[in-house]
Amino acid sequence: MSKSNGNRPARIGFYVCHCGHNISGTVDVAAVARYAQALPHVVVSREYKYMCSDPGQERIAQDIREHALNRIVVASCSPLLHEHTFRTAVEKGGLNPFFFQMVNIRENVSWVNESPEEATEKAMDLARAAVHRVAFHKALEPKRVPILPDVLVVGGGIAGIHAALTLANAGRKVVLVEREPTIGGHMAMFDKTFPTLDCAACILTPKMSQVKNHPNITLWTYSEVSKVEGYVGNYTITVRRKPRYISEKLCVGCMECIEACIYKEGKFPDEFNAGLSRRKPIYIPFPQATPQVVVIDPQTCIEFKTGKCKKSCLEKCDRDAIDFSQKEVVEEIRVGTVILATGYKTFDAGRLPHYGYGKYDNVYTSLEVERLVNASGPTGGELILRDGRRPKTVGIIHCVGSRDRNTNRWCSRTCCMYSLKLAHLLKEHTDAEVYNFYIDIRAAGKSYEEFYDKLLEENVHFIRGRVAEVTDWTARPSEEGKLVIRVEDTMIGVVRRIPVDMVVLAVGMEPQFDAQEVRRLFNISCSTEGFFLERHPKLAPVDTFTDGVFIAGACQGPKDIPDSVAQAGAAASQALVLIDSGSIELEPNTAYLVEEDCSGCKSCLTICPYHAISHDEARKKASINEALCKGCGTCTATCPSGAIRQNLFEDEEIYSEIRGLLTPMPAEAQGGESC
Amino acid sequence: MSDKPNIGLYWCASCGGCEESVVDLAEDILLVLERVNIVLWPVAMDFKKKDLEERPDGSILASLVNGAVRTSEQEEMARLIRRKSRHVMAYGSCAHLGGIPGLANQFAREEILQYVYEGSPSTANASRTRPATAIPKNGSSLALPEFHHLVRTLDQVIEVDYYLPGCPPTPRILKEALLALLEGELPPRGAVLAPDVALCEECPRQESKPADMSFTEFRRPHQTVLDPEVCLLAQGIVCLGPATRGGCEAQCIRGHMACTGCFGPTSRVRDQGAKILSGIASSVAADDPEGIDRTLDTLPDPVGTFYRYGLAASLLRARNRPL
Repeated sequence: MSKSNGNRPARIGFYVCHCGHNISGTVDVAAVARYAQALPHVVVSREYKYMCSDPGQERIAQDIREHALNRIVVASCSPLLHEHTFRTAVEKGGLNPFFFQMVNIRENVSWVNESPEEATEKAMDLARAAVHRVAFHKALEPKRVPILPDVLVVGGGIAGIHAALTLANAGRKVVLVEREPTIGGHMAMFDKTFPTLDCAACILTPKMSQVKNHPNITLWTYSEVSKVEGYVGNYTITVRRKPRYISEKLCVGCMECIEACIYKEGKFPDEFNAGLSRRKPIYIPFPQATPQVVVIDPQTCIEFKTGKCKKSCLEKCDRDAIDFSQKEVVEEIRVGTVILATGYKTFDAGRLPHYGYGKYDNVYTSLEVERLVNASGPTGGELILRDGRRPKTVGIIHCVGSRDRNTNRWCSRTCCMYSLKLAHLLKEHTDAEVYNFYIDIRAAGKSYEEFYDKLLEENVHFIRGRVAEVTDWTARPSEEGKLVIRVEDTMIGVVRRIPVDMVVLAVGMEPQFDAQEVRRLFNISCSTEGFFLERHPKLAPVDTFTDGVFIAGACQGPKDIPDSVAQAGAAASQALVLIDSGSIELEPNTAYLVEEDCSGCKSCLTICPYHAISHDEARKKASINEALCKGCGTCTATCPSGAIRQNLFEDEEIYSEIRGLLTPMPAEAQGGESC
Repeated sequence: MSDKPNIGLYWCASCGGCEESVVDLAEDILLVLERVNIVLWPVAMDFKKKDLEERPDGSILASLVNGAVRTSEQEEMARLIRRKSRHVMAYGSCAHLGGIPGLANQFAREEILQYVYEGSPSTANASRTRPATAIPKNGSSLALPEFHHLVRTLDQVIEVDYYLPGCPPTPRILKEALLALLEGELPPRGAVLAPDVALCEECPRQESKPADMSFTEFRRPHQTVLDPEVCLLAQGIVCLGPATRGGCEAQCIRGHMACTGCFGPTSRVRDQGAKILSGIASSVAADDPEGIDRTLDTLPDPVGTFYRYGLAASLLRARNRPL
């Protein structure tokens, strides 16, 4: 083993952690410590109950001083958790913090091996590999980069709105980008909110107008982020602002143009009312839409389709706000941090044909019912079914597209509570008999169980069982003209047929349809279900693995309004922490070019996923921006002549680690000789 | 005459091109002969093994050995030369990296013998005679060398002090190496006596190389009309220039042929074939498995393309076990 610490031979300190019983329950840590003691260049080898504790860290620092150690290996948990802790301890002992290597014998060994013998042997193998590698570690100096103070918030639902307002109130400049013509998101479509039965619009719309009027917020609706370049603290974001064919500056939202449209009645499905009503080609999504600006849909507008409309809207507008020649505008902004609050989509009930959605008129999704009971909805809040009737019996089917191995395995968390809320509202609006078909009632929020109790007192029926089917096939006269819900009532062990006038499907929450594209755009990860992945499920719930990009709301997983708002506040404060610290230290595991070795072959240029490599035309060499580099190693592996190297992943480090791993040294055969 | 240093030249598993390349020094060979005694050069002069054995150990200043090592005779001679020489220089791709003979490591020894002595269409060997190490003849026994399982590079058999790359090394590489040797200006032991930057740097077509290759197919020179000014990779021809040490003055490219990698990798690269493979594979335009397969199917012989000279020295080295 060669020594790269100047001319001094490596003097390695090795520490193996019990992690309580997490590691020592499977791995014979004392044997690992004895084994490591005999490895070449290991001067000190110890075991300890909790290496990450203060005494554990202090032990490392003290040993460095007392035994003149120059390399440290800790075998414990994942580097994700404690690499920083131990690097700091190494630094405290007076060494460069990168003269350190961590071995994960918890996630990679004790938690995944049942046999103590095999686990102990594997821990020894990994320890040996690390001991071989660490001798080649070099002293590294992390770079610091400044953090731009402006923030991008993507998504104008309640989470995005709350995050933007929090940051703006703290004096930061925020750009809020929303895909739809208005902010408000799903919450704007809801009638009341559980468990307080606040009117959703009454609590949301004031926040929407605050966003519009806040001097620190730039609101771009009908816009999408198309490109993200840069790195933490220094992102350059390209936003495509779609033409709405109305000048946002001039339009005051008087809606006279909508009146004047040659379509006398709405003809096209109204997205805001979940398709239950019709809108014109020129429209405003809902009365409190923010911004209060009309939009023209070029897919349905006669002028766009034929060029032959008499354009009565244009004549009517005395502010000349309508502009058929408006083009997409591409804006570029520079921000330091990003908050993604891109929300969710509801489960497509058509995927479960046995529930009859799309087949029977009177089967509704929960979102449709939100609009149906809303005073500004398609029926003005009167519960009139598609066939014109008013329901006397309603069945609400829970867990549609949730807790189901055929669709989505997860619990959507909100459906129990909104189903209770809808049961209450339906009863209030129609005095109908309301049946809930549930698997379990999950009412685990503040005042949620009490709301459930209240519903029980309101004589809403609860039948425990997953519904088998919704059918119009009648078995007895009382079922004529009704939809029959077939279900096994698991409380009494009987298959029941419940005839109803209206079926409500409590659809679950799913990742947005373009979550994968957004994930790639911002270079973050998704969990297996497709929701954005947080950095740590417990301790870093709004951070992502990309520094400076935070997540809030249902894009991270199903959650209700209070949780979304809490998370949005957390994301905003995490962004503020970065901004107020002024700069951030970058991991030094970046690629670097040895310029005299570069042949200028350009093989590295296009393979960098972070656009960190450019070609210097004058010198005919590549050039790497180390601030943009994320240390993925792609260019290092690709460089055909080995001119690109990577800190902490130098060839000699990797080869030595592999050599160490593949060269077993049985305890009795070990000498002091190097390999 | 005797105060001139002694030089040896020897060949193992090679085609003879390296021997020719010594003559390619043209009139410069006379300058060389003025300054050295050639004490071993079987291809051109009459020497016996005994002559070499009788020389004192270390009495040869330098021996230039070309060819890979496949037989027991080659191994024995390499060891003898090592003992008699102060410097051993691996001369040419085969001694350096295994070369074309090294491609035999794709096949087991038995597969090769079976094909050559029985299976090949041009073989007429009804008695299925195979070479043997001892052949009885007229009451005595005739010894033949053993055919080893693997083709090895010279430094997998003996210690090598310097490497002269190329198939064959160019006269300039040879001349500069000899001058450095005679003037005592050799670099640290173990060096390859050629520049350590990839060929693209000295390639006359470098500027026309686009950053994004986006290969949809790979072509061979006979399948297309080539633009003499434009980077061959840009024309869909596999060129190993980016992964190959320069110093050949891009002779093949100037002759309108792609670099096949004979100078081997730079000092920083452990496996030349793997490097060019990852560089080229990253530039395949398709991103679906079928599209990628379609593109890669246009490479009829990947090992022979990417490891033409370097298989024996590579991480792959040889097929692990016979089929």
